[in-house]
Amino acid sequence: MILAQQQYLSDFDWTSWDPVFLVVKVVLVFSMLLVSVMLMVWFERKVVSDMQNRIGPNVAGPWGILQTLADGIKLFFKEDLTPDGADKFVFKLSPYLSLIPAFLMFAVVPIGGNFRDGNDGSVEIFGHTTFLQLVDPPMGILLFLAMSGLGIYGVMLAGWSSGSKYPLLGSVRASAQMVSYEAALGLSLAAVFLTSGSLSTNEIVASQVDGRFGIGGWNVFSLGFIPFVVFLIAGTAELNRPPFDLVEAEQELVGGFHTEYSSLRFSLFFLAEFMNVVTMAAIIVTLFFGGPDGPILTSTFGFVWPILWFFLKVLVFLFIFVWFRATLPRLRYDQLMDLGWKVLIPFSLGWFLILAAIRVGQNEGWNLWIVIPVGITVMGLGAGLLTAAIRNARANRSNADFVEEYG
Amino acid sequence: MTIAEHTPSEAEIDGLIGGAERVMSRDNAVLRMSEAEAGALSLSPEHEFGDQKMIINMGPSHPSTHGVLRLMLEMEGETVLRSKPIIGYLHTGMEKTGEQLTYLQGGTNVTRMDYSSPLFTELAFSLAVENLLGLEIPERATWIRMMMTELNRMASHLLFMATNGMDLGAVSMMIYGWREREPLLRFFEKVTGLRMNHNYIRPGGVAADLHDGWQEDLLEYLEMLEPRLDEYHILMNGQPIWRDRLQGVGVINEAECLALGTTGPILRSAGSSWDLRRDMPYLAYDQVDFAIPVGEYGDCFDRYAIRLAEIEESIKIVRQCIEKMPSGDYRAQNKKVTPPPRGRIDESMEALIHHFKIFTEGFKVPAGETYAAVESPRGELGVYIVSDGSSTPYRMHVRAPSFVNLQTLPHLMENGLLADAVAVISSVDPIMGEVDR
Repeated sequence: MILAQQQYLSDFDWTSWDPVFLVVKVVLVFSMLLVSVMLMVWFERKVVSDMQNRIGPNVAGPWGILQTLADGIKLFFKEDLTPDGADKFVFKLSPYLSLIPAFLMFAVVPIGGNFRDGNDGSVEIFGHTTFLQLVDPPMGILLFLAMSGLGIYGVMLAGWSSGSKYPLLGSVRASAQMVSYEAALGLSLAAVFLTSGSLSTNEIVASQVDGRFGIGGWNVFSLGFIPFVVFLIAGTAELNRPPFDLVEAEQELVGGFHTEYSSLRFSLFFLAEFMNVVTMAAIIVTLFFGGPDGPILTSTFGFVWPILWFFLKVLVFLFIFVWFRATLPRLRYDQLMDLGWKVLIPFSLGWFLILAAIRVGQNEGWNLWIVIPVGITVMGLGAGLLTAAIRNARANRSNADFVEEYG
Repeated sequence: MTIAEHTPSEAEIDGLIGGAERVMSRDNAVLRMSEAEAGALSLSPEHEFGDQKMIINMGPSHPSTHGVLRLMLEMEGETVLRSKPIIGYLHTGMEKTGEQLTYLQGGTNVTRMDYSSPLFTELAFSLAVENLLGLEIPERATWIRMMMTELNRMASHLLFMATNGMDLGAVSMMIYGWREREPLLRFFEKVTGLRMNHNYIRPGGVAADLHDGWQEDLLEYLEMLEPRLDEYHILMNGQPIWRDRLQGVGVINEAECLALGTTGPILRSAGSSWDLRRDMPYLAYDQVDFAIPVGEYGDCFDRYAIRLAEIEESIKIVRQCIEKMPSGDYRAQNKKVTPPPRGRIDESMEALIHHFKIFTEGFKVPAGETYAAVESPRGELGVYIVSDGSSTPYRMHVRAPSFVNLQTLPHLMENGLLADAVAVISSVDPIMGEVDR
């Protein structure tokens, strides 16, 4: 695989480096993220209420839009409790371990810019030429994976350090869940890297638009839906959102890892969680839906329309996350593992191999009409064998259980 | 009213004993140690417990223990090895209180036991008292009782749909269940004056006649409910996650059910078609047409599906009640038992005296003992009353189905996951007010 060609540090023109401009960008992204979290919490509560025939928050501000602010202020003034059995240092540290990666993740998301007609997505603002994203490192998506992996440390350590049983169970669940779903997430990402040939988010977006007409080049279509579906499911699991919210599972674990947290520390977890939701939606849009690219109007009014396209698409995914929550019951722990290891990982791996075969076929000039059917047949065979193996193992196991129980 | 006698056949008795032995003799079916011992064990590192196992106290205040049930779970990782339900957190001595209250006041007391289907306890209590009095009640009262209790069964099962959905993480289901139950409670309020704890069914009949236009109210409600139940089928039964969470979880077979004295949907889920409404008809159940849904696998899904089907059967019964509701009096006009009509008090000294005596001293019930049982949404709900001839019971005992069904918990939860334990508690559907009494 050919990775980013962009020479970042060596070619960097240090003379044009403007610290003030960078700080402005950081503050802008930071505040935008905070405001979007506030709106997301309100949006979720309103939409869920609507789906459940309720009104939802409607007192604080117009349509209750300030409800999150009110809740935050309330949490701020609550007493901060630390359990006696807690490991005090880790207990106090872990909310930040959750929050900081959540902030950093958004840095690589391009929220605007015209990628059509040979443009590279850069815009001119106050004499500066810049991408509409905080940074564009050559390993952008790896940063996202690393940060979402790091965020789990916060959850895991929070549960472990609470010195309480329910949070402990929650943290064990969290670590197992993350290990399984990170793998599926990574495999579906590999398919994206295969076509874009880059890890930089900017170039991934550019590769989806590059020289193609309309929205046909978006990865969701050009990769054949499966990587996107796998990414959406694995991403939901990564976010601990229903139906994969086993880590918190109010009805089982009474809140899971944050059971013992109160006041501001709790609100930090809360903030990190919703920030991750917004970021995940943005990442999905970036990877599979052409980021700020839209079918029409990409260059009208300068850089305004791409930003609108971007937010519109993010909103759709936020709605989908909320929709999941309102509709689906929670999976059980073993079902979650089964789904991760026996369905998502084989599926995304198989699909990745087919895509790779097609890619190699294109490069070597093979006849694609043979490569594709052969690839699909081989994968079908593999899927059949896997299913048979799983079914066989299950039958053996339940048989063993029966013998153990009844002799 | 007499209750038909049921003599179990020899095969049934064998099944009972075999089932009982298997459940009770299986090692560690119940944690056979005190809480203090278990707590000490889970802390001591020398014991086999030390590293691998832990004791978790689930409840009494836990989101899915339906009130104040407390469970001591011995866990290995996420697996529940053994469990022990601990009850008594809601004990208020209602049975003992019942001995201080007259038969007329008794209804107010018993209705607070099973707060999600209060009319059933009232009904069983009234049937028992009427047994002792030898009192015949008018036909209309019987039908009103039947209709109201069936509506109450629907309300109770809808509440189950709500809590079951919530316990499995389908939060919207919670609201949907309550949404459908709400108009029923409003109807109850219209008829009885209260949304819950009605004290509506009293010895001698019911407290008040149905209001004008009750048929329209009910028909309108049933029209609304039926399509909603179809939506439940789509939202829940057609949902793979829902099925995976419930199917094969908390399995119990018929012999085990009988051994543990289980009745109601749990027994029927195991394939035993036993329903007092059909097998020992009380009220006018022999005059209405309804089916008794029976399960096959005895798992949580069967218990859920049976309750959903029972709502549909109750709708049928209610429709028949609307059609066939006889006219007449809504209570027996027995001046010793039921208070005189309000108008009579102004004209008749006798009526005034009776009214005064009934509400102060209460009416006297002939000495004797009796047991009356009804099929509540949770199983056989029986009231056993011993009378010494005074106006208060000498002893009142309630055979509460929630209490009896609760002892299936250790069996159902064994070797399941923690999430299954939640599903099992939910599918047993205990009402703690009734358990602790």
